[in-house]
Amino acid sequence: MTRSYGHPVLNWLEDRTGLPGLVEDFLMEDIPASSGWHQVFGSVALFSFLIQMVTGILLSMNYAPTPGEAWNSVRYIMTELTGGAMMRGLHHWGASVMIIVVVLHMVQVFIWGSYKKPREGTWVVGVFLLLLTMLYGLTGYLLPWDNRAYWGTVVATQIGASIPGAGEWVTRLLAAENGIGVATFARFYAIHVLVLPPATLLLIAFHVFLVRRHGVAPAPGDNLPKKKFYPEQVFKDTVAIFIVFAILFTLAATVRVPLERLADPTDNSYIPRPDWYFLFLFQTLKFFEGPAEIVGSVILPNIAIVALILAPWLDRSPAKRARQRGFAMGIVAVAALGWTGLTVAAVRSTPPTKAVDVTTISGPEPWQFLTPVELAGAGLYKKENCMQCHGKGSTQFGPDLLAKGQTKTAAELIAHFRNPMAKVPGSTMPPINMTTAELNSLASFVLKLSPKNVALLESIPAYASDAAQIYQKNQCGACHMVNSVGQKLGPALNGLAERRDRNWIVDHFANPQKLSPGTTMPPYKFTPKDMDRITNWLLEIPSA
Amino acid sequence: MTDRRSFQQIVIAAMGAVMSGAMAIPAVAYLFATPKSRRKAGWVEAGDIGQVPLNTPEEVVFRRTRVDGWKTSNERASAWVIRTSPTEVIALAPQCTHLGCAYHWAEDKKEFACPCHTSAFSMDGKVLSGPAPRSLDRYEVKLEGSKLLLGEVRRDA
Repeated sequence: MTRSYGHPVLNWLEDRTGLPGLVEDFLMEDIPASSGWHQVFGSVALFSFLIQMVTGILLSMNYAPTPGEAWNSVRYIMTELTGGAMMRGLHHWGASVMIIVVVLHMVQVFIWGSYKKPREGTWVVGVFLLLLTMLYGLTGYLLPWDNRAYWGTVVATQIGASIPGAGEWVTRLLAAENGIGVATFARFYAIHVLVLPPATLLLIAFHVFLVRRHGVAPAPGDNLPKKKFYPEQVFKDTVAIFIVFAILFTLAATVRVPLERLADPTDNSYIPRPDWYFLFLFQTLKFFEGPAEIVGSVILPNIAIVALILAPWLDRSPAKRARQRGFAMGIVAVAALGWTGLTVAAVRSTPPTKAVDVTTISGPEPWQFLTPVELAGAGLYKKENCMQCHGKGSTQFGPDLLAKGQTKTAAELIAHFRNPMAKVPGSTMPPINMTTAELNSLASFVLKLSPKNVALLESIPAYASDAAQIYQKNQCGACHMVNSVGQKLGPALNGLAERRDRNWIVDHFANPQKLSPGTTMPPYKFTPKDMDRITNWLLEIPSA
Repeated sequence: MTDRRSFQQIVIAAMGAVMSGAMAIPAVAYLFATPKSRRKAGWVEAGDIGQVPLNTPEEVVFRRTRVDGWKTSNERASAWVIRTSPTEVIALAPQCTHLGCAYHWAEDKKEFACPCHTSAFSMDGKVLSGPAPRSLDRYEVKLEGSKLLLGEVRRDA
């Protein structure tokens, strides 16, 4: 029974554990003479899963899985840690590589007819592994908690909510009844790191077991004597793995994965888009409107999944040669063309993103040096949709405010805002209905616009301009100074982050006396959203 | 045939080694390299010590800002402060140099006593008995009038 390996340590191991024999049996398995380069994809898929596991575990060692801190920790990984951007790059691009490899694996199995009797079970388990791979993409998308993550997941959960009958249950399972929040985040994280990996490992083990049980599928008409898995096929698998790894490594080292601004539920200018491998679904949605929408979002994708699972029974003919299976090959061609067409159309129809990659910015950004009155004005400028007529390159409805610096004074601008016709006869600009303080803000921001800071307006996060409006409305500047504007009755707020943390600021707003005995600052009650906005901004006012 | 076989075996081993190295090097750097921290801790105000009597250790609690991973937190910290003369002061870090337990001032014996493994230190931090390997660590100190400023903790050689 016990095999001999010619070395006492190996013999001892074999006798006590049987491990050397297990490895030998694995490597010396009989495979068809026709096996070769076309069958490397399964091993490559397994390898890309291992890469995701290793990089995922490493990322988790510096990642805080709560909405309050996730973004900060990802930024820390990207900008503070040696090799951090590399790890995130490998995990991010590795996800795409895994999708590609898994799909190629499936296409190969389909074309060679290997899903047919007796290998139906292997195929079905494989389809479930493909679905798990997609679920990783869907759940992992939220975890950086930037705008891209937040808005992409808003759309995904809304689609889940629209499923007739099951929508409510899906929403509850994802804890998304009241929008995307802390509980939703926890569910996505738990699914991504605790539910999916063990499920994947179990299914992979079962998949490999089934491959071994039925033997690697021979090419049609292969009656030659069998050969061994090692070393020839292992060599081919390794070369394929090496090529894929080289591509992934190069991608991770050269293409930086952006981290956009902190998720901002009030940012109404953000255009969400899914990862490239889901773009075909995103595009399909556009063909269905109103009540028919669920056809594109739920019904068609589910028909496709069921058809994939049932493929071995929908096509029971024993024919395996591609030449004899015109219809099946036609389906592959139509699917490939359809997928490519939809993806290209989606890429073409989405405007280029204006999102900022925060990991490329070191130190404070220009907008952080705006005074509260200017920052509040920027919010009003957006709210009034001023760029619609005065944006870059516009001449038709109004002058391009970015083309040259302002020559008017604040007073002239305010007079013009109040009554455009009086200053510019024939102007189509509607009068702006605002308080004097707001008009002041708007004028000071317009005065800031110049050709040099075209990007300034785009770069101001919505929470900051909202916060500045709250600051202005409550006349905080009557006691505090920000960026050299305001009074000195209270402490200047520049560099607040170095002195206080978020909890302190929130507590201090609620009860200033408790934390600063003797202060003359009255308590302020803000809605939770406003509190978030104002603390976010206060913590980002640069050191003087 | 054997040539081909050994060529394949060499390639498998070589590619495996290259890939393992390519993963291991960034992984080790990622786990072990010091974060490129952007902010340096400066001097922190620890309060007015004008009322602290000479040669009597007093525990002073103050707030300081610390860069802690991806967070900058404002936290409470403490120091044992001893005025050795009207113009001189020492501030001891509040952890025992043995295994980091918090020690206290034993007024009856006039020594700092650690409850964990019975290390004892003199008022100026020298080891009197017990397993502590070195004197108590000291904060860098600066006096502005009677206002005490604390800097980084220095390990006594």
